[in-house]
Amino acid sequence: MNLLSFIVLIPFFSALVLGLIYLSDTKKDRFTLYTSIGILAPTLSMILSIMLWISMLDQDSDTIFYSKLFSWVELGDFHISVAFMADRLTTVMVTFITFVGTLIHIYAAGYMRGDESYGKFFSYFNLFMGSMLLLILASNPIIMFVGWELVGLSSYLLIGFYHKDSANIKAANKAFILNRVGDFGFVMALSILFLALEGSGYSFVSIEANIHTISTPTLSLIGILLFVGAMGKSAQIPLYVWLPDAMAGPTPVSALIHAATMVTAGVYMVARFAFLYNEIPHVGEFIAIVGAISALFAAIIATYQDDIKKILAYSTMSQLGYMFVAVGLGAYSSGIFHVFTHAFFKALLFMGAGAVIIAMHHEQNIFKMGGLKNSLRLVYVTMFIATLAISGIPPFAGFFSKDAILAAAFASEHYFIWGIGTLTAFLTALYMFRMLFIVFYNGTQPRVKLSPISKFMDRPLIILAFGSATLGLLGLGEAYGGSNIFGSFISLPDRTLHISHSSEYLLAILNTSMGVLGMWLAYRLFATNATMPTVKVAWQRIVINKFYIDELYELLFVKPLRSLSLFFERFIDRVGFDGILYISTYSYRYAGAKFAQLQNGKVRYYALYSMVGIALVSLFLLIFIGGI
Amino acid sequence: MTPEPLFAISTLLFCIGLVGIISRRNLFVTYISIELMLSAVNLLLATFSRLHGDSAGSVMVLLMIAVIAAEAALFLAIIIQLARSKKSIDSDEFSQLQQPRESL
Repeated sequence: MNLLSFIVLIPFFSALVLGLIYLSDTKKDRFTLYTSIGILAPTLSMILSIMLWISMLDQDSDTIFYSKLFSWVELGDFHISVAFMADRLTTVMVTFITFVGTLIHIYAAGYMRGDESYGKFFSYFNLFMGSMLLLILASNPIIMFVGWELVGLSSYLLIGFYHKDSANIKAANKAFILNRVGDFGFVMALSILFLALEGSGYSFVSIEANIHTISTPTLSLIGILLFVGAMGKSAQIPLYVWLPDAMAGPTPVSALIHAATMVTAGVYMVARFAFLYNEIPHVGEFIAIVGAISALFAAIIATYQDDIKKILAYSTMSQLGYMFVAVGLGAYSSGIFHVFTHAFFKALLFMGAGAVIIAMHHEQNIFKMGGLKNSLRLVYVTMFIATLAISGIPPFAGFFSKDAILAAAFASEHYFIWGIGTLTAFLTALYMFRMLFIVFYNGTQPRVKLSPISKFMDRPLIILAFGSATLGLLGLGEAYGGSNIFGSFISLPDRTLHISHSSEYLLAILNTSMGVLGMWLAYRLFATNATMPTVKVAWQRIVINKFYIDELYELLFVKPLRSLSLFFERFIDRVGFDGILYISTYSYRYAGAKFAQLQNGKVRYYALYSMVGIALVSLFLLIFIGGI
Repeated sequence: MTPEPLFAISTLLFCIGLVGIISRRNLFVTYISIELMLSAVNLLLATFSRLHGDSAGSVMVLLMIAVIAAEAALFLAIIIQLARSKKSIDSDEFSQLQQPRESL
């Protein structure tokens, strides 16, 4: 056990401590205590992660650090140990997750201050961090699955955090159940993988070594089922509907779900299994197509939303689509790079949105905001940077990561996916700037008196804004005179793609102009006098109602299942099973009542009974022993 | 003398006693029926004693007659007590120990 384990253990331990302190007296206000413990844990993890990263720098690219905690299952040759491993992919993931996570924790201290369950919130928050770190650092798929499930659990707890409103509980349940659907795929994939490996070790390293022994059809099945798991966690079509509803939780929770933990788990998992997906490029293509369609679909919906958090939720889904395009086409390092940059600007966007929501007294409708540019200058500037980053305007972070993904799609000759990606880039700029302009322009003065924003909330924004602005340079490709520091550090088994520098420049110019076009259109349409979207033609109604997907699922899955369970309850259970039980209980009671009548208190009957008894015993003796 | 008639008489006496116990409610008749059954058994015992030429059975019969005489005193005392408590010697009157009827 070395420092590696502590990265995971510290948040779990602090979640436990916070939970116990909170339970000891739920009414007492211990702001300082909860805040210091709650923020200390991710900070320590962050420091350890940075130490891990530094020690990784001067090692070979295939170095793996191990840390074994204890043996969990030992059955003959079959071992599952609770062990952690850190290669370069893990190191990068852990470092930015703990970094962004810590900032979100600090922000949450400001956002949640005064909440009656403040201690509980931080306990769950640390649990969420710990689960995600467990998922990332796991050295075998079983432990990864434990982390995967714990992430699902803690997201459920946090989405339903304001549990007094039943709509929030419904949203939490929706997230949990849809994640279960994905988890089913994940479990199936892990089981098939285990059977296919025929007991030749079940850690990531030994799976990678033995992957060639598995036939391609089996691998394809495993790959698709794993992706079903990723669909659930990372909100891709068709399992995405929980993500917009998950906005029911407090804003820091949304920031954590969308930036550092949870939704990136699916992309990470695909990158973790890169060796597997490299064997089956056709499944990768499928993943990329699902990703591209999700990206476009979410972007279209986002252009007509009026809730600031829902716009951001759909934008996350859209960006996740990009990431899946990248990992599906084998450009794993570009995908992870987009996860990395996205964490910064999406955390920033959510924190900014949270600050605006607090300032507007918990108003989330962007059309009721407007004119906040001067009164919330810091939030405005930082969110502007984040919006530039997500829209892919150079030199902000999102440009480089998105450009790399689109270049990969173009270079691998998937022009359909590339076209969708480019169109989505335009829509991204449109809906993000639409949100920005409606919130901060659209009028000169705020419509209500703003509440003050605490120091805890605005400091992290500055750090993240700095990150969103500059971190893209880490992935600066050869075409721009860089050497792709990020990609060469992470050293994932990318499929090699060749693209000339001139077409790379052309693509970059195209993407930038798409972004600028979206920005310009958003400015023209929404910077002044924007009003609630109204239905003029039929397709607008469809988009405003999010393509009626929720209603469709209600019709296709929820209603039949409910009818089926009602059928089971009313007929199979009540008539069938209860009937059988009633028959037996009735007959016992009937027989009991009949036998009870023998005991009628009349002595002559008792004499008869004993005589009958004696007669029967005598008969028995005569026949079986006397041998008549 | 063949023992069969004695067996038949003994069986008959026993059956009369049994039917008397079960069908009659008068405690005195019950008592008489019990005595009848005892006598039937005694008769059977004496018959077998004679048949096997073993006097132990006959001794037992004599002993039992003495015991039955003592028992008669006890039995009559009990009947008197019962009659005092309920002003009746109907055996079905004394059914306090029956299972209470409950509805199904």
